[in-house]
Amino acid sequence: MKSLAELAAIKEKMQNKVVLREGSSDIRVVVGMATCGIAAGARPVLNAFVEEVNNLELSDKVTVTQTGCIGICQFEPVVEIFEAGKEKVTYVKMTPEKAKEIAEKHLKGGKVIAEYTISNI
Amino acid sequence: MKELSLNILDIAQNSVKAKADVIRIMLEETENTLSIKIIDNGSGMKKDFLDNVTNPFTTTRTTRKVGLGIPLFMLAAQQTNGTFSITSRHEDEYINDHGTEVYALFYKDHLDFTPLGDIVSTLTVLIQGQPSIRWIFDHKTHKGCVSLDTDTLKEVLGDVPLDTFEVIVWIGEYLKEQYNEIGYY
Repeated sequence: MKSLAELAAIKEKMQNKVVLREGSSDIRVVVGMATCGIAAGARPVLNAFVEEVNNLELSDKVTVTQTGCIGICQFEPVVEIFEAGKEKVTYVKMTPEKAKEIAEKHLKGGKVIAEYTISNI
Repeated sequence: MKELSLNILDIAQNSVKAKADVIRIMLEETENTLSIKIIDNGSGMKKDFLDNVTNPFTTTRTTRKVGLGIPLFMLAAQQTNGTFSITSRHEDEYINDHGTEVYALFYKDHLDFTPLGDIVSTLTVLIQGQPSIRWIFDHKTHKGCVSLDTDTLKEVLGDVPLDTFEVIVWIGEYLKEQYNEIGYY
C-alpha cells in the first residue's frame, strides 16, 4: 500500500532537482482542456505529453500546461507549442500516439512534424 | 462525453476559471445510484447568469457563443431519470462564503447511464494543471471509501511542487490502490 512515507522519500529525491528547475522553461506545451477538447480526447493526450516529457528527461526545458477553448473546436484535441524566438506551432486532431511522436521529434529533436499541424488541413 | 469522469473534469475547469482555491469533488454511490457534487469557493454567479446557465447559449467563453459543459452534464443525469441542480453565491453579495455547487444524481441501472470511467486520470490531470488549488476528493461507495486531500500531501512535500511528475504518478497509484483495496473494480 502506498504511504505518505513513500511520498516523503520522493520529496528527498526531488529536492536537489527543484533548485535546477527554477529557471523558466524554454518550451511550453499547451493542451486545450475546454468542453470541446475534453470530449474529443484531450485527457489522454495531456497524460501522454506529461509522461513522454519525463521519459525523455526534458522536464528542465519543457512545461506542459492546460488552457481553455482555443477557438477551433472542430480540430480538437488541439495542442499549441510555444518556444522563445520561434513561431507558435499548432497541432490538431491529436492522439496520445501523435503526442509521443511530437515529444520525440519536436520537443527533443527540434523538428516540427508538419503533417500534424493546422497548416496541413 | 464517453465517461462521467470527463464531465467532472470539464465542470471542475469552471471552478478553476472562477478562481476557486478549494475544490471538492464528492461522489456517493449506492448499489443503484451515483451522486456527483462539485463544490468550489470561486467567485460564484449572479442570479441572472445562474438562471440561464443550463442553456447552451449561455457561456463565459469568448471564442464562441455556445457553452455545452453544464448542459451535457445535466443531460447525462436526466437521461437516467436522475436530477441535476446548481446553486451559486456571487462574491459581490456573499463576501465570505461565495462559491458554486453543482449536483447530479444518476440511476446506474438505467440503460442510458454513462459509466464513471477513469476518475483517477481526471484527478491527476486536474492536480497537474492546477497544483496551487486545494483538491479534496471523496468517493463513498457501498463497499468503502476512497479519498484524497492535496493539503495533506503538501504537508509532506514541503517545497516540492505537487505537479512534479513523480508526485503525480504517486497520486494516481495511491488512488488506484485505494480502489483496489475496497474491491471497486
